[in-house]
Order: sequence, then structure tokens, then C-alpha cells
Amino acid sequence: MTSYPDTSPGSLFATTISVAGHGGDQIEAYLARPAGDAPRGGVVVIHHMPGYDRETKEMVRHLAELGYDAICPNLYSREAPGADPADASAAVRARGGVPDDRLVGDVAGAAAYLRSLPGANGKVGVIGHCSGGRQSVLAACRLDLDAAVDCYGAFVVGDVPPGLDIRVTNLLPDLPQLSAPLLGLFGVEDQHPSPEQVAELGRILTEQGNDFEFHSYEDAGHGFFAVNRPGYRVAAANDGWERIAAFFAKHLEG
Amino acid sequence: MCTYTTVKDTVDGSAKGPGGAWFHVSDVTVYFDHPVHAMAEHTLNIDFTDPGRGPAARVAVELTAESAQRLVAAIQSALAAVPAEMRV
Repeated sequence: MTSYPDTSPGSLFATTISVAGHGGDQIEAYLARPAGDAPRGGVVVIHHMPGYDRETKEMVRHLAELGYDAICPNLYSREAPGADPADASAAVRARGGVPDDRLVGDVAGAAAYLRSLPGANGKVGVIGHCSGGRQSVLAACRLDLDAAVDCYGAFVVGDVPPGLDIRVTNLLPDLPQLSAPLLGLFGVEDQHPSPEQVAELGRILTEQGNDFEFHSYEDAGHGFFAVNRPGYRVAAANDGWERIAAFFAKHLEG
Repeated sequence: MCTYTTVKDTVDGSAKGPGGAWFHVSDVTVYFDHPVHAMAEHTLNIDFTDPGRGPAARVAVELTAESAQRLVAAIQSALAAVPAEMRV
């Protein structure tokens, strides 16, 4: 009979913990780790605007299965501790969303936690989808990270419509500080970001001399990784996961 | 897309919420973005809330854009049929 925790190859474990986020605030986070003590990199997963939900936690476990210590801080911990993810998302949205500085502080805390774990090789990447895609780029501009993945984040470039009751700006002022390699995964049918905006971001990064690669999928719009939503596109998502695995293997191992 | 489009206002009324209990609602948030439950890529979402009672004190609806427009028309039609003296 198997004893637990099982440390045989392929095993992993996942748990809910508390980490120090922006300003030293203790915030909830979901952590998944491969079993064993082999050296490994870390990945911070930034949940999308609908929240710290089951599907995002599944991505955290997927990254652990790929061999990384992965953590997703609950960005809504402060306003809605213990709440249903959808209720927490609604409450935070009604208050204007997550401020950029706080997001960066929370990612910094999560990254520091990953680097402190036994077996950590010190390399940490970040990945986010949707609003988290933009926040992934933001974090990579303001923090010392080793790799960043932006899955269809809107308003990295482009104009934000005026009059919104939610705080969001484009990242044009931050992009010159982007130091980590960037993987961008987009849908051709998406309008936020549109193919033109993806191209604009590519031009900026080329001019800056950044290390980046973009892939845009035909027959895919926004949210094509979301397995529980009608926008899920299996071919794009499968290829996207392969790109993510190869990208993190290149930049987070060793 | 994440539209980020969010419009807030105050309301005064009641809603039937979690556990089938009625509660007073003081705030409404309206936004056009990804739904959590409706099988559409984007919906017009309305949250009726009482922030003082915590995040769970919420009645949420997610409507396709077309049905949201019909809801607006239905509300306006219903209100238009009410004599002014009854709107108190």
C-alpha cells in the first residue's frame, strides 16, 4: 500500500498556504509542487479577473506536473477572504479592481516564497491569462523574473476607453523595463488584444531588443485555454501548453 | 476579452439571495465581460449587492447583449405604464 506523502516519480502535492504579499500582508495562495528534492524552477500563476477558481488551480497543478513549483496568490484575499471566487471577483471589481502596485507586490511575495523552497534553483517565471496576461507583463517589467508568459492580455498596448470605473492603464511606460524573455499566446479572432495590438507590441519589443516569441492561433479568440468556457479551442490550447512547457524548460531549468 | 467596462450606481430595494433569503440591496455594478456561468463569450452582467454584508450578499445575472437590451426595454415599458403618483 502506498504511504503518503508519496514521493515516487510523477507524484505531486498541492495545498493552500499563506504568503507575504504586497506590504507584508498575509494572503492566501495555492501551491503545487512535484515530489522529491530534485532542483526545479518556480512559476507564479496570476489568476484571471473571474478569480482564484478551480480552473486556475488546475493550471497550477499542471505546471507542477511539468516539474515546477507553482503558486497562485489569491489577489482578492484582502477584500473577500474565503469567498466564492465569483463573489470575490464581483466585490473587487466593484471597488475598482486590483491596483497595479499591489499586484506587483503580491507577485514579488509569491516569487520570493518559491525561491525559499527546498530544491528551488532560484529561477522564477510568471504566467497569466486574460487580465492576468497584462499583469504578467507588468510583473516582468517591474520585478527581476526569468521568464514571462502573456496569454491574450488586453491593454498591454492600446488605448483604454475613458470613463471606466475600474483602474487599468496600458503598459507603454513600463515596457522599456521588461527584462525577462516573453512568450505571447494570442487568438487571431480576439479583439482585446487585437492582431494589430499584438503586432504593435511585437514592434516595440523588437525595437527594444527584447527576447520574445509570439504565437497567434487561427480559429481562436479570447480565452482559448479556458476548458470550461465556449471559447475553448483544443488545438490552440494544446499547442499553447506545449509552447509554455518548452519556454519554461528553456528559461527556468538548470 | 476583458473589457474592464464597469459602471456602478446605487439602488434601493431587495433581492433574494444566497440560501433563498431576502436582503436589502444598496449597490449595483453593471459590466460587459466574461460570464462565469452563461454559455456565451461575453455577457452583460449585473450584480445587486449589499457590500456591508460581505461578498456573498450578491444576486448576479449574466445576460446576452440582445437579451439585456430587451430587459432594458421591458423595464422602461413597465415603468412607463405606471402613473406618476404610484412611483413612490
